[in-house]
Amino acid sequence: MTVNEDTPAIAMRGITISFPGVLALDHVDFTLRRGEVHSLMGENGAGKSTLIKALTGVYPIDSGTIAVDGEERVFSATADAQTAGISTVYQEVNLCANLSVGENVMLGHEPRGRAGIDWKAVHRLAAEHLAGLGLAVDTRSILSSHSIAIQQLVAISRAMVLDAKVLILDEPTSSLDRGEVERLFAVIRELRDQGVAILFVSHFLEQVYEISDRITVLRNGRLVGEHLAADLPRDSLVSQMIGRELDELDAISRTADRVIDRTAAPVLRATGVGRRGMLEPADLDIYEGEVVGLAGLLGSGRTELVRLLYGADKADSGTVEIGGRPARLTSPRHAIDHRIAFSSEDRRAEGIIADLTVAENIVLGIQAKRGWMRPVRRAERDQVVSEYISALGVRPADPDMLVRNLSGGNQQKVLLARWLATAPQLIILDEPTRGIDVGAKADIQRKVAELSAQGLSVVFISSELEEVLRLAQRVVVMRDRRRIGELDSSTVDLDLLIDYIANEGEGSAA
Amino acid sequence: MKKLVTHRLFWPVMALLALIVVNTIARPQFISVTLRDGELYGALIDILRNSAPLMLVALGMTIVIATRGIDLSVGAIMAVSGAVALTIIDTSGDPGSGATVAVALLVGILVALVLGVWNGFLIAVLGIQPIIATLVLMLAGRGVALLITDGFITTVTSAPYKFIATGYVIGLPFALFISVAAIIVIALLERRTALGVLTESVGINPEASRLAGVRARGIVFGAYAASGVLAGMAGILYSSNIMAADANAAGLYIELYAILAVVLGGTSLMGGKFTIAGTVVGVLTIQTLESTILFLGVPSAQAPVFFAAVVIVVVLVQSPRLHRFARGLFASRRPDGGGPSTPAPTPPTTTEPTKAEAVR
Repeated sequence: MTVNEDTPAIAMRGITISFPGVLALDHVDFTLRRGEVHSLMGENGAGKSTLIKALTGVYPIDSGTIAVDGEERVFSATADAQTAGISTVYQEVNLCANLSVGENVMLGHEPRGRAGIDWKAVHRLAAEHLAGLGLAVDTRSILSSHSIAIQQLVAISRAMVLDAKVLILDEPTSSLDRGEVERLFAVIRELRDQGVAILFVSHFLEQVYEISDRITVLRNGRLVGEHLAADLPRDSLVSQMIGRELDELDAISRTADRVIDRTAAPVLRATGVGRRGMLEPADLDIYEGEVVGLAGLLGSGRTELVRLLYGADKADSGTVEIGGRPARLTSPRHAIDHRIAFSSEDRRAEGIIADLTVAENIVLGIQAKRGWMRPVRRAERDQVVSEYISALGVRPADPDMLVRNLSGGNQQKVLLARWLATAPQLIILDEPTRGIDVGAKADIQRKVAELSAQGLSVVFISSELEEVLRLAQRVVVMRDRRRIGELDSSTVDLDLLIDYIANEGEGSAA
Repeated sequence: MKKLVTHRLFWPVMALLALIVVNTIARPQFISVTLRDGELYGALIDILRNSAPLMLVALGMTIVIATRGIDLSVGAIMAVSGAVALTIIDTSGDPGSGATVAVALLVGILVALVLGVWNGFLIAVLGIQPIIATLVLMLAGRGVALLITDGFITTVTSAPYKFIATGYVIGLPFALFISVAAIIVIALLERRTALGVLTESVGINPEASRLAGVRARGIVFGAYAASGVLAGMAGILYSSNIMAADANAAGLYIELYAILAVVLGGTSLMGGKFTIAGTVVGVLTIQTLESTILFLGVPSAQAPVFFAAVVIVVVLVQSPRLHRFARGLFASRRPDGGGPSTPAPTPPTTTEPTKAEAVR
């Protein structure tokens, strides 16, 4: 260390980035010191990835400064950040899978002899770099022949070749097993001790606490706080990430206290439904007219569970009963035939058909159910569309507008309309209120409350726990791809639920 | 007026009209249609008649492209269906009989359907990329056709078969009726049922469509089967025109012209929204351009270059980016009050719209 020890490797001050209609980062400060592992925490949309992209030169910043080793820099391209010594290893390894390990490690920095690249030296140097991380692999083997874990370590040694002073690890452990995580962590600690500043992002709380020296929490594009990991208890981390807004949504009557008749056969009963590498076998019962909340952080398995129930992904264990009868749900069609509807958390990629109109998007569910031979007639279509546009308050109320031009909240209403129009008995809503304005949020919650009172069963997933507690009679809690328990929401409050999500089942099984 | 200009068929139609105008100025008899023995003749009639095979293929290509796919095998399928039909006629005892020709047509189209189903199977069921899956048949199909004709160019004499491409009905070429019928059937099938909107939905967002319960697999499968059948019909038209099954020349490069016609008509190669009317205009544009080359007496060695040059101009005329650029030119001249008759200098300030887009 030639520079002053106290100068942080990275000092970001007052970083602001806005996208059309959204303030993605609002005067965020972030400091990364040499020789520390620093975790960046926050739910989806909190601004984590935007902050990383600002630091790696992907997004230009609207205001604020970035200083590397005390020297202010402007990154107008990713190459600028790399020259400054900032390297990133992404969740999906961004190396050349069809090249050899050695070629990948040394790519762009191949030693040259008189007759072009000296391949012997390439592989020798690559092997040295890999050995430095305790990795002994054949540098001439093809990268894709190795596990994701090894590929990730290769990506890290590549970063070391680039002489990285700052290493950003974005969800590096999401596809690794326990042993592989240990190995990765050993490498991370080794690098930290060499003085590399490491920015770590993961949804796994336990791993964050295992590896981090310091934690910075973001929420809704704002800095919530920076803490030493040792000084920050889990539950206060979780409540900082989730936040508690006192909002006008309290006006909605609590449906949570409604009494549900659980004597009849459940609308859906899942027993031991799971899939290797995705979700440990879990149980779930949903009765008529009941709202069941799924709570847990992102990546806890809440989305995975409902995708298996809907047949969007295929379960490899467990059984499902619908109305007391065994059913096989191996594709969305099967689920739809059993009058189950599913609205994905990824509105853009898995929900709306952006280039079709509002009307076409709304009737798509009915149309798909009927098949192409029996088109929804104009009069019927107009009637269904205008009914749902007014019932859900879609703005603007123009059925011929392309859905891509609607705001997120209105797109969500269109999706809700699509599913309600198919008259389901069970609707699964995954993050229906994420990233939408308060008005639309209230509209959607009100509709859910109203429909469940009429007998519709609902599975409701949301990162906003207040919302879950307000709507659901029962809350099923997930963590680390596991169901850890179930709570009666009339007997718990927010603090209890947060504590449960953070701590329940630690050490011993729930 | 603004509504007319912003209609998505405006520029394709303008390009076609411009070509017709240029031809008419070059040789006024281009536009004339004469009645001889109760049958209509003229350059325009020829264009309508000769465009039939490309029209059929391009209709199928439109549906396939709407599903985010591509069908490179249409030319090869044409060769196979022509070879099958003519071999049946050639080997039958009575090549002139209507029954023989009917069997030949049926079997020829049926074989084309089988080939289309094969493509659909590879793509929709096995999940092979469309460009690779159809490339297989594009390369192998002509070999199959050669196998059927034993490596020869089969020629036959059969009045009913010849009628398909060259006959006249109520004063108009019979081939024109085939292509109009195909347009109507496809348009009705796509737009009067829900097939069109479901196809677009699969093309725009396959995963969202699957989760919405759309049987995406069946729709993609059907698109390739339909493309196969239409290519089979085109192959029969082609072989009927020359009364020979030429496995190497039948439908050569037609897949490329069909893709060009679809794009000229305004359907995006990215899939999703498609327009049948646009494809019809695109096909007629290409066919008119072919006639223009003959009409203007462009030497055959230079014909491809001429063709390419005109296509580039037509594509540029339709380009939204160029429209913005042109609007920029117009807008930047406005403030200094220069009369509209002042010839536009080449201003360096008008790259703004394109730059703004690049940033986005």
